[in-house]
Formats: sequence, C-alpha cells, structure tokens
Amino acid sequence: MTFASAQPKTHSMPHSQGSYGIAVDNISVTYRNARLALYNTNCYVEPGTITGLVGPNGGGKSTLFKAIMGFLSPSQGRVHIDNLSIAQAQKQQLIAYVPQADEVDWNFPVSVYDVVMMGRYGYMNIFRVPSRKDRQIVRDSLERVGMSEFRDRQIGELSGGQKKRAFLARAIAQQGKIILLDEPFTGVDVKTEKSMINLLLQLRDEGHTVLVSTHDLASISTFCDRVILLNQTILAAGTTAEAFTAESLAMTFGGLPISALPRRSSDQDQPMFTQPVKPEALPTKAQPTRGMDGGAWMHD
Amino acid sequence: MIDVAPPLLAPLLTSLEAISLGAVWNWLIEPFQLSFMVRALWVSAFVGVVCAVLSCYITLKGWSLMGDAVSHAVVPGVVVAYALGLPFALGAFVFGFGATVVIGYVQSKTRLKEDAVIGVIFTGFFAFGLVLATKIPSNIDLFHILFGNVLGISEQDIIQTLIAGLTTLGIILLRRKDLLLFCFDPNHAKAIGLNTQLMYYTLLSVLALTIVTALQTAGIVLVVAMLVTPGATAYLLTDRFDHMLMLAIATSVLSCFLGTYFSYHLDAPTGGCIVVLMTLLFLAAMFFGSKYGIFAHAASQPKELS
Repeated sequence: MTFASAQPKTHSMPHSQGSYGIAVDNISVTYRNARLALYNTNCYVEPGTITGLVGPNGGGKSTLFKAIMGFLSPSQGRVHIDNLSIAQAQKQQLIAYVPQADEVDWNFPVSVYDVVMMGRYGYMNIFRVPSRKDRQIVRDSLERVGMSEFRDRQIGELSGGQKKRAFLARAIAQQGKIILLDEPFTGVDVKTEKSMINLLLQLRDEGHTVLVSTHDLASISTFCDRVILLNQTILAAGTTAEAFTAESLAMTFGGLPISALPRRSSDQDQPMFTQPVKPEALPTKAQPTRGMDGGAWMHD
Repeated sequence: MIDVAPPLLAPLLTSLEAISLGAVWNWLIEPFQLSFMVRALWVSAFVGVVCAVLSCYITLKGWSLMGDAVSHAVVPGVVVAYALGLPFALGAFVFGFGATVVIGYVQSKTRLKEDAVIGVIFTGFFAFGLVLATKIPSNIDLFHILFGNVLGISEQDIIQTLIAGLTTLGIILLRRKDLLLFCFDPNHAKAIGLNTQLMYYTLLSVLALTIVTALQTAGIVLVVAMLVTPGATAYLLTDRFDHMLMLAIATSVLSCFLGTYFSYHLDAPTGGCIVVLMTLLFLAAMFFGSKYGIFAHAASQPKELS
C-alpha cells in the first residue's frame, strides 16, 4: 500500500458495522489542587474515523484521554462507548491504548514479544496461558508493524520509531475497536511516521476508530478525517475541512501566524486571512508558548 | 609400584594428614551435626527463595521503601499477638498490611508526596511498637524482633514461617503474569479490564506475608535487604524476567545458606551475615556484570566512540 492510496475521508462516515464511537457527555474534571482541567466538554468521536485531538500543552488532551480510559472520574458528566460504559467496553477489549514514550519504563526486563502478548491477556484464562491463536495473533501483529525481526529484543534496545511500533503492535494484537494514541509521532523519524500513518489509515478502513492526540499540526490534514480542538473545553470539532481552520486554531492556541494554516479545499467564503498552504510547507512541530491569552508560536 | 617417599617418613606423613584433614573436616561439618543449625539452614534457605521471588517484583515496581515501611510497621502487631497468645505471623501480617492501607489512605487525602507519607506512617507504627513492647508484660525479646533469631527458632515459628512463605509463593506463582503486567504497565492492565486495585492489594499482601516469613531470619531492621538486594543484583545481570527470577533465587539462597553457616563459626548475628553476603554479591554484579557491569561498560566505551 502506498502513501498516496489512502487519503483522509472528507465526510463523516455512516455508522460502520462493528465500529464504536466515543461519546463524551458534558464532562468536567477538576484536579485536587482545584485546577479545572476540563469543563462542559461535549464531543462524539465518530466510529470508523481517524480523529485528531489538538490543543496546547495543559489544554486537557491528556485529561480527556484519561477520562476516556476510565483512569479518572469526571466531577460532572460521563464518557461512554456508544451503549456501553467504559468499564464494560474495557472488559470486552474494545479500547486499546498506545502510551506516550515517557510513560514506559524502557529498562523493564521484557521483550518486544512479551509486550505484544500483553495485548492478549484480556482474552486468556486467569493464569494468562497463551493459546495457539494468541501466539499467531502476536506474530501477525508484529509482522504488520514490521517488527518481527526484533521480537526478542529487550524494549530499551529499540529506536524511538521501533518502540512506537512495538506498542502499536500490542494495540493491534488486542484487537480493540477503538485505538487511542497519545502523541504517537514524538521522537519518530519521518519515514516511520509515514508508515505509522499508513497503518492507522488501514486500521480505520477495517472499521477501527482511531483517536490521536498530537502537536504535529502539519500532518493532521494528511490523515485525520476529523479533528477536535481542545483547550479546557471543546473549541471546535468536525471534519478536518470544517473544523481545522485558522479561526478555530487561533481560538485554541492564541495568536497564530498565517503560515501555520492548513490547506482549504475552497476559500471563497472564508475570512480574508485564510490562505491555502500545502501541508509540506507547514512547520513540523509547533509548541505554544502561552495559552489563550495571545501567546506567540515558536517554530522548531 | 615405585614409592617416592622415604620408607621411614611415609607413615608419619599419612597420620599428620589424617589429623589435620580430619580436624578441618570436623570443623567444617560441625554445624551440620547440630539439629538447631540444620533447622536454621533449611529455614533460611526457604526464606531466601521466598524473598528472592518477591524481590524481583519489588525492585521493578520501585517499592523498596514500601518494603522497609511494612517491615517496621509489623512491630506492634508482633507485640500484641504475643500478649494475646496469638500466632506472631497473624499480628505481624495485620499490622504490616494495615500500615500500607493507612499509607494509601493518607496519600489520597493529603497533598503529601508518597515518600513523606511512608516516612511518617511507618515510623509511627514502629515507635508505637517499641512503647508497647516495653509496657506490655510479655517474655518477648525486642532484640530478637529487631535482628532475628533463626538459630533459636521454635517449631511453632517454623510452621508459621512455612505457611506464610508457601502462601506467598503460591499467590505469586498463580498471578505472576498479572503482577508483572501491573509492575510494568498498570494503565494497560486497566485498559484491558483487569482489576488493578486488586493487583495493588495482592502485591501489598504478599509483601506483608514475605516480611512475616523473613522476620525470624533477618529481623525487622534487615528484612528490607532480603526484599530488595537479590532482585537488584539479578536486575543488573539480565534483561529477561525469567532469568532475573532464577538469578535472584540463586544469589539469595546462597547468601542465606552461607550466611547462616558462617554466623555459627563467626558467632555473629545471622541476619547480618546473610545481608553482608548479599551485598557482596550485589557489588560483584555491579562491577563485573557482563552487560551492565561498571567494568563491562568501561571496556565497551572506546568501541562505541570509534
């Protein structure tokens, strides 16, 4: 499969068979130090799409992920997976999670194969004895991310991209219909990023719902069907064409230079400062220096 | 056949050899002829296995300080159990495990960091135990609680040690994969619908049980070394968990066995001898380990540069 053959969908898909959406129903999250992380947050992650979760650091992306994973309970509202509660969905192995690189202890004495096998634990008996099927699925998952030859490596002996692929293989082995990826392209070279994006597009086409939180604004329009812009609450959400606009980005991050804007299919009815920009011309990484109070953008 | 020794000296030499070899041999096997020593050697080797298995999980989870906390927190439990005529293991377990629950509660209700909470709670339990031990009339020897007394271990205490140790080994053996996943990636464990709260308390209860197991051998003050050092030593030697487990057991049993043996001849505290040996093995692994040893690392530096 080539990079060009899989393009983001421009319109929201009809409810695919066997796909699940994530409904975030008016949640608010307050941390113990009384800091409000999210308020009145409503959104629906459409089934069978790749959705980009975009927002500044401290804007609540991780908090929303934690709420979706059931790691914290909101002070108001709830998150559910279509008709299922989070706990029910987790029991059915519906939610797979690819952690950020700094959440993992890379010195832990486990091999790549061991890690991918952990994706199968939910299907095993209480003593976690892998069946022939489990082993086959683990091998297939490793093959799919191109990590078969590294299966016996201790996880710390991998490059940044290989580490990501190992954990993506675990998510694939889990066969979760919903895959959450937290900053998957941090510390990953361009080639690996492209192949990971291709894999995510394939997974979407198989009916998986993929939610990606990322700082990498440049690649959003190359693979995300939909975006959610988050800063303490939802500021914009919809298809990438509708919602990934200069105005909404400016609102999410504060002041934003025109050069960082995404390409638009049509700019007839757009505000004057929206200009078409090829995705390749976008900055690869952008870090907001300040929050909503008009902070400037820094380019790497 | 050609005899090289002069004929007159030959019988003298053989008898000298017989005397010295015999004396050395007698000295060497003397501990094995004493029933209390044989018992102590078996008990400490068994304790070595239990501690080594748990130490692999404790090192990887980063719970060394928690181990120290639980070991100190059992003191009031031991005193109360003796005063009420209950098995010491029961009192020790209840207070050891209770302390971890209190630590978890205080941490969730205050803004303190975990190490501060652990420091406050376990010293509080320990101090309470010291006061109780002197005020409750009983025939327990505080010195034995603090430093262990495996050479004088009673039949009853052996039975309690065995029950606690076998329970620990059984639980870990059956739940080893979940416990390892819990140490490695609790978020994933939760994401696939496993009960991480249960795993947390399972690991804490086997920690408390292991401390109960090792109490008579190492004593409260040194038990944390038995809970950490074998796992730490093995961790420096391998990248595979099953190898780590075997190396930890090997170094731990060797230290426990030889430590108990030497403590007889040196007339030194058994727990101290065991932990000194464990520490020496740790230092050897740290310096000479083939992969992560300091010397191995130094030797590989120029290669990496070129």
